[in-house]
Amino acid sequence: MKILVCISNVPDTTTKITFNSNNTEFNTTGVQFILNPYDELALARAIELTEGGNGSVTVVNVGLADTDPTIRKALAIGADDAIRINAAPANAYFVAQQIAKIAKEGQYELILTGRESIDYNGAQTGAMIAEIMDIPSISIIKKLTVAANTATVEREIEGGKEVITVNFPFLASVTEGVAEPKIPNMRGIMSARTKPLQVVESIAVDILSSISSFDLPAARSTVKLISTNESAKLIEALHSEAKVI
Amino acid sequence: MNVLVYIENITGKFKKSTYEVVSYAAAIAKQTGGTLTAVSIGNVDASTLAEIGKYGASKILNVQQDALSTFVNQAYASIISQAAKSVDATVVVLSNTFTGKGLAPRVAVKLAAGYVDGALELPTIAGNSFSVKRGAFSGKAFANVTLNSPIKVITLSPNAYQINDLGTTATIEDFNPSTGAHDFQTMVKEIIRASDKISLPDAELVVSGGRGLKGPENWGMIEELASLLGAATGCSKPVSDSGWRPHEEHVGQTGIAVAPNLYIAIGISGAIQHLAGVSASKVIVVINKDPEAPFFKVADYGIVGDAFEVVPQLIEAVKVLKAQA
Repeated sequence: MKILVCISNVPDTTTKITFNSNNTEFNTTGVQFILNPYDELALARAIELTEGGNGSVTVVNVGLADTDPTIRKALAIGADDAIRINAAPANAYFVAQQIAKIAKEGQYELILTGRESIDYNGAQTGAMIAEIMDIPSISIIKKLTVAANTATVEREIEGGKEVITVNFPFLASVTEGVAEPKIPNMRGIMSARTKPLQVVESIAVDILSSISSFDLPAARSTVKLISTNESAKLIEALHSEAKVI
Repeated sequence: MNVLVYIENITGKFKKSTYEVVSYAAAIAKQTGGTLTAVSIGNVDASTLAEIGKYGASKILNVQQDALSTFVNQAYASIISQAAKSVDATVVVLSNTFTGKGLAPRVAVKLAAGYVDGALELPTIAGNSFSVKRGAFSGKAFANVTLNSPIKVITLSPNAYQINDLGTTATIEDFNPSTGAHDFQTMVKEIIRASDKISLPDAELVVSGGRGLKGPENWGMIEELASLLGAATGCSKPVSDSGWRPHEEHVGQTGIAVAPNLYIAIGISGAIQHLAGVSASKVIVVINKDPEAPFFKVADYGIVGDAFEVVPQLIEAVKVLKAQA
């Protein structure tokens, strides 16, 4: 099976977020970038599904040359080859148009993304790629099994799950449960350097949305401490003061 | 601006998030001098549908087909965009639920619309400029997103907008969209729903436990406190990674971001990734043995103490409170 995994280059989860230029730009100074954690799960499942020479895994990223270390990381984990679409990712729709073009040309049977990126958290790109390609999409799945012509997935819903069958080709965005992340071994790291990373130019896309500014959450007032032997007072305060219970 | 709102049902019933999104869409219609139409897909009876009128929808388009009684992403997206066109809607609003997240991006592409997911407030509209506030960096910040397209698609975060009963009524019309076999390529085989559990993403109250609870066998008191309060249960990442609790309870940057009225964190130190997922909570309570736990810095109320001493006292206090009510 030919699988395409869409990956995103995001700030490390421990990053303290600050902004530049009058709160219009994310301040990347000193920020460590990583492979988006949900995309790592998508990649891990794709590698499992193609184990034993049963197909190939291509990773695709929309980014400038500074994302190459993250792409190499994906190759070290076990992707066979990579495509980087050489453009700054303007928004989800822009990214989806770029990837849909690559995905159509490559005739992949399965396209996987993470449920969302941990920077802009849009959860948009996957379903947009599928709509542009006119193929089915299932968002936020925690299980994916494959039979001959059909796949079975479990989609998260409020308070439960849906079991869905779908024929190839299709796109799914994944969340925790679909696979455990894989740690690259030394052989993987060595071979990642020589695996093919193709750089292609982007296509023009209408910019339908843009971030005009950012805000940081307002600081909370200082904590009111209640002593252990008066714990019951907490419930009273939540009821009559905060009025939340 | 004419506004269309998708009213999501679960087995024929509307949830709180549906009433919230209707109230939100009604406010946009009012703000811009347009009308609000709602579209329902599946099997919802007339009296349940009529409820939606109270929150400001003047018309409800009802799409009732057996094939649509469970969620079919492509067909639903096609129907919503056909409904938007039929009422000349320039704003289409959905709930940012699991279903909304799968559906809205497809609707946006079909309508060549700019899309904001997880809106936290009403849009700011000035002349031709239309911008919406949403979370970014997994709860560590907010982004104001400007939509430049003629049609706009918005999903509203659960628990972010007040339900307003306006006492209005709506007319209900059957709507017959055109769909084909191509729209039905996914098939729901089974729905498994834990009926006794409150779902975490749209919970108003959350009781969450961390490693301080020492093991899965100690979750009884967390569940008891949650059930007395009518709260959902959550946990920190180390807890779900160790298999003490299921992944869907993991609150934080790489799990579920929550925005309840009350978040009670028990035995969770407050790693930056966890704090990101709870920053939108209105009131935060932290119970932790360690007075230096970073979670206290973002808490509204705190108890420095052993969870095994404190939680049983809280359970008793809630029972007393409920007995008085």
